[in-house]
Order: sequence, then C-alpha cells, then structure tokens
Amino acid sequence: MIAEAGLAALWLAAGLAAFQMVLMLLALKSDVDVVRPMRAVAVVQGALTLIAFAMLLLVFARSDMSVKLVFENSHSAKPFIYKVAGAWGNHEGSMLMWVTILAVAGAFVALFSRRTSERTLIAGLGSQAVLALGFYAFLLIASNPLARLFPAPPDGRGLNPLLQDPGLAFHPPTLYLGYVGLSVAFSLAVGALLTGEVDSRLARAMRPWVLGAWVLLTLGITAGSYWAYYELGWGGYWFWDPVENASLMPWLAATALLHSINVLAARGALKAWTMMLAVIAFSMSMVGTFLVRSGILTSVHAFAIDPERGTFLLALLAIYVGAAFILFAVRGAALKEGAPFELISRESGLVINNLLLSVILGVVFLGTLYPLFVEAVSGEKLSVGAPYFNAVAGPLALLLAALVGIGPLLSWRRQRRPVFGQLKLPALLAASALVITIILAPAIGILPRLGFTVAAFLAAASVLPLTGRNPLRAPFATWGMVVAHFGIAVALTGMAANAAFSSERLAIAKPGETLNVGPWLVQLKDVTPTAGKNYTALEAELRATRGEKFIVLNPQTHYYSDPPTETNESAIRTFWNGQLYTVLGRSDPSGGWQLRLWWKPFVTLIWAGGGLIAFGGALALLGRILRRRRRREPDWRTRYI
Amino acid sequence: MSRGLRLVPIVLLIWMVAGLAWRLVKPFDPAIQSQLVSRELPTFALAPAVPGKPGLASTDLAGGEPRLLNIFASWCVPCVGEATVLNELRRRGVKIDAIAVRDTPEAVAAFLNRHGDPYERIGADPQSNVQITLGSSGVPETFVVDGRGIIRHQYVGPLSASNIPGVLTQLKGAK
Repeated sequence: MIAEAGLAALWLAAGLAAFQMVLMLLALKSDVDVVRPMRAVAVVQGALTLIAFAMLLLVFARSDMSVKLVFENSHSAKPFIYKVAGAWGNHEGSMLMWVTILAVAGAFVALFSRRTSERTLIAGLGSQAVLALGFYAFLLIASNPLARLFPAPPDGRGLNPLLQDPGLAFHPPTLYLGYVGLSVAFSLAVGALLTGEVDSRLARAMRPWVLGAWVLLTLGITAGSYWAYYELGWGGYWFWDPVENASLMPWLAATALLHSINVLAARGALKAWTMMLAVIAFSMSMVGTFLVRSGILTSVHAFAIDPERGTFLLALLAIYVGAAFILFAVRGAALKEGAPFELISRESGLVINNLLLSVILGVVFLGTLYPLFVEAVSGEKLSVGAPYFNAVAGPLALLLAALVGIGPLLSWRRQRRPVFGQLKLPALLAASALVITIILAPAIGILPRLGFTVAAFLAAASVLPLTGRNPLRAPFATWGMVVAHFGIAVALTGMAANAAFSSERLAIAKPGETLNVGPWLVQLKDVTPTAGKNYTALEAELRATRGEKFIVLNPQTHYYSDPPTETNESAIRTFWNGQLYTVLGRSDPSGGWQLRLWWKPFVTLIWAGGGLIAFGGALALLGRILRRRRRREPDWRTRYI
Repeated sequence: MSRGLRLVPIVLLIWMVAGLAWRLVKPFDPAIQSQLVSRELPTFALAPAVPGKPGLASTDLAGGEPRLLNIFASWCVPCVGEATVLNELRRRGVKIDAIAVRDTPEAVAAFLNRHGDPYERIGADPQSNVQITLGSSGVPETFVVDGRGIIRHQYVGPLSASNIPGVLTQLKGAK
C-alpha cells in the first residue's frame, strides 16, 4: 500500500502542476486575479511530491523487495543508512528526488516571495509548475520508481559497494538541491520575460535562491572532489571527467549569475545579460543531469544507455531551454538597459568577471562535448583530457583570480581615485611569492608558480574591503564576499602546492621492505586478512616516519560478494603541512605487494578553500535574509487571510 | 543586442541537442581504438605453452613478415568459435603466433587437439603480465603486427568469418 499511496500522490501532484499551468495562461491572457489559488496550489503540489518521496524512503527503509527498485538497488544485509541512501542512488529514485526538490522549491516561493509583482510571481510559479510537469511525465511514463515486482524475490541485488560511503550518500542530494535552486532563478526569469518586468525587485527576489543554490553547488563540488580523492585511490582531486564537468558547468554559470544579479539589484543594469545567465545556469543543470542520467558520455564503461529515458530527458531539455531562449530572443530586445556606467567602475569589473567566467564555461562545455561531435562527424574516437582543460582554462582562471582582488575595491558607476594605491601591499606580497618560488623551487612549472603569485596577491587584496572602517559593522554580505574571495586564494595555494611539490611512489614491496616518498620513509610491516559487515578485506600495516617516531597507516582492499566487486580503501594521514596518502594494490607473484604512496604538501587547502567559499556564500545569504526581515514589507498572508 | 546575436543561443542549443540525439540513437560500437596501434610491441620473451612448440618472444614478431598475434586461452569459450576462423586464415597462408593466458600445458594441448592448431609459436603467460602490457583486457584478442614489430591493428573479441577479408587486406598493407 505504501508504494501505491506514493504513486497516487505523484499523479495528484502532476494534475495540480497542470492546473497551475492553466492558471498562468489565464493570468497572462486576462486580468483575472489568480495569485491566491496559484500560491495555494503550488504549496499543495510541493507537499504531495514530498509525500511521494517519503513513501519511497519508507519502502527502502523497510527493505520491501516487492518494489522493483528496492530489489534492484538494495539488500537486507546493508547498513541502515545505506538502505535509505539507496533510494536516491539509482536512476528512478534520483529523478523523484529531483522533482521533489523542484516542487518544494516552488512551494517555498509561493509561501515566502513578496518582492516581485504579483503578475511576475504568477508567471514564475506557472513556469516552475511547467518544469515540474515534464519531470512528472518522465517519472510516471518512463521511469516509475514505485513499480511492483511479482512475486517478491527473497532478497535484493545489493548496491554498488563504491556507493557505500557516507560522502557519496549525501553528495547527490547536495548537488540536486543546488541544481534545482537554480530552477527558481530560471522560472522567475522566464516569468519576468513573459510579463516584461525585469527590474531590481526581480533581482532581489532571485538573489537568495541563486546564493543558496550556489553555496550548495560549491559544497557539492568540494565534497565530490574530496570523495574522488580518497575513494578512487588515484591521488588526484579533479579529473575533468564528464560527470565532474557536468557539476562544474552549472557552478560556473551560477557564479557569473551571482555577480551580475548584484548589478541588476543595485543599479538596474545588465538586464538582458542577467536573464540570459539565469536561463543558462539552469540549462547547464539540466545538461548535467542529462549527461549523468543518460550515461551518454561514460558509455565506454558498463553504464547501459537507455535510449527511451535518454530521449525523454533530451526532449525535455530541448523544449524548456529552447522555449526560454526563444522567449529571450523575442522579449530581450524590449528590455531597456538601466543606469549607465563608466569604463572603470564596479559594474564593468563585474562585466569582466562575467565574461571570463563565461569563456571558462565555454571551454569546459566544448571540451566535454567535443569528442561526441567529432565522432558524429568523422567517426573518429578521441578523448579530451586534463592537458586541454588545464592549458586553456588554467590561465583564464588565474587571470580571473587576480582580478577578483581588484574588482570589489571599485565603486559603483565611476571610480574617481585610482585603486592602485590600496594595492601596494598585495602587489608586494605577490612579487615576494614570485621571487621566493624562483629561488627556492626553480624547477616547478609556470602555472603553479603563477598560482602561488596570484594566491599571495588575492589573499591580501581580498580583505581590503574590510579596511578603512570598523570591520565589525560591515554588513554580512561584505563579510561573505571577503571570506569567499579569500577562500579562492586558499584553494589556489593548495592546487599550486599539489601541482608543484607532490611526490609519488609506485612500487612492489615485500613485508619488511622500506620505501621513501618525499620526506617520508614507509615500511611495509605485513598484510593481513580482515572482515567487515558485508565484505572481506586485506589490510596492510605501514609504518611511516620522517625522523621522529613512526605512525601507522592501514590501507585496505575490500572484496564485496553481492555483486562481486573489489575496491581500494586508501589510508590518508593529514598533517599541518600536507597529507600522506597510501593505497594497497594487488599481490605480486614474487610475494610482494603493489603499494602506491603520495606525499602531498598542503593539498588539504584545496578543500578548505572550497569550504571557505561556500561559507562566504552562506554568510552573504544570512545577511540578505536578516536584512529583509528588518524592513519587512506588508505580508501577503496578513493581506489575504 | 542585435537580433542575430540573440539567436546564437538557440543555434547552439539545436547543435547540442542534435549531437546528443545522434549519440542516443546510434548503436553502441564496441571497437576500442588501441593506444598501442602504430607503436612498437613491448619487449617480452615467453616460455613455450605446450611441449614441442617454441615459445614466443617479441623479436619473433619483427622477422620481416607481417603476422597475427592471437591472445587466447583453453578455458575461453569464444576462442573455440574463433578457432575455425584462425584455421581458415592459416590455410590461406597467414602466419599466426599466440599467447596462451593463464593456462596449463595439458589444457592447451587438449584445446589444440580438439579445435585445430593454426599457430607457429605459443608463449605461455600464466599471470597475464604480457597481456596487460599489450593493452589487452580479455581473451580472445588479435593483433596485426607488421614485419618490423609494429602493431597495426587490434581486434577485441573473437574474429568472425566476416573479418577474414579485412585481416588479409591489413596483412597485405602491413608489408
């Protein structure tokens, strides 16, 4: 009954979404006041999908093998937390989660949005409902998550052991929340283009959603990067894999949107451009979801392409994004540009930021999809890898990071005094970083060296907006910006240090043998079998020392039986100045074991920086919400109830 | 913004959707482009896999004449089907050497007795070490090697009768 109740809720929600679409058309055609039913229906629709998703969680929690999805993705012997996480660790469940977040976001807009005009709100909620409607159709027609299986099998087929990891259990929901947060920006932009009311009120209504989505995307990417680093056992933090790029592209677009939306909110300028970015940001989320869910770019691996589902998603993507682009082409011309600004001003600084981010986005987009098009045209198979992305996107990102230090010092509309006076200290630090790396590490590459230089400059320049006044009285939004920009410098330092100073050792060692990596001497004591809850394992005992007393690391190889899979569990020890990273490989006929050892100086700064960037965004979001509370406008609820 | 500029995103979208749609409907092609094609064979020297037949070293494949290098195993079911194709190639004068992966002399001898023996030399690779350096991930696989020991082509999976003309052309082209 649980599964059927969930399915019924899903059908009802789809019906309500269709009703919202009718309401929107009604409101756009005539002057009927539908704001109250629209808000109410949006809230109920959100509640219904939430119920459907809760039912799915429930059948997974109870290991109800009569539900096909549970049978395929779960197992009664699995730890409880992964049983629940199994609900979204698969295609159907994750699509239900996606539409749930979409509908709940719509409900939140309906409950709390007071900034836009009523017409734009109606059009925005209607657009959100149309988005949801497509995904309801997708779920109900092509991938029903609550389908039954008869007769019910005794036990399930397990979950990919790589997915039995707390990081991965919570990674997709974070990214999805980010993706779908951008759907609100998309819907509001489409709504505003429909009504022609693109103004600073709209920007202020969109801003918290964009900020929130951006914070979650930042967290998701940072966490995903760390997950790949410790779980895959390859020692890298970013592989330019299509699936990774799929999460990076919406982030780049959202970052650009986050900055241009401030221009629209403060100055009423960059109207068309901001609407375009709002459309692109969510389009990139849909492209990302499509790439991951259709398995199209990873088809070399065992991922099965399901043409029906892939086609359905692609059609949704084409319809929504195409409609938004056409709307933009038709209505974009009618948008009057706002207040003018001069060449050296905060506005043009943000325009340059947007241009650089867009070019990087283009570079990543091209690199991700290029192999596909070459194959379509010439039949030749090729792959675009890190060398392309690093060589093309790297310098652009460095340039952007350097300009991040300068932009916030400019004033709106026109910068009267030259800013260089303020930048003496950062410039001095940058020059010293350059000189020091040339003297102490003459052999490192040009990009890491420039990375250190730019990071030193940015670290000092990013805190300048807090100087010259009482920093405690600066608004949260300013603090957020400073923290996020400082986070970029921190992450950049980590990347440069990792690129310049990592040492790697791949070797076959017999028990008792000692290997050296970087400043470390690592001795393989022994390899012993051990067992976990649903796997058996081999565990190595490594003793590592760099002069003082030794530390023990225990990398493992896990063997899962259902389905038969083998994973490497790295052992990582973090120190203030870096990480020692060890992986146990296969045994060798000679009686030795393959060992992979890395010493990675300051590599943790990469994720610390990512965390700081997200924290900065959260601070800014908090500031916006608190400020809104302080000057509360008349509440719609008090007006209507 | 001019009208033309505003249509750019739509054009880009159509381009992207067309490409992705093509990829969705196109049947998946299992051929893998080997990174070793047009490279020299890695150096190896393998002991004989069956008594009475020489083992295989990489220098044997650089003897001036194009040859096939077949990777097989007696425990491999698709290799049985492939054996008839290899025998046919042998009948047409193609020189074939082999590497037997994770196998025993008795099992290989029994396999050759039963399904025919098209091979001039068979090297034993009990731990798959040479197979891995060749970039081969399974059995059977077949490499076309020219007279100078350079890999010209790699077939993943069993050869079928329809491959025979292609293999003969490739061997001719490798001269």
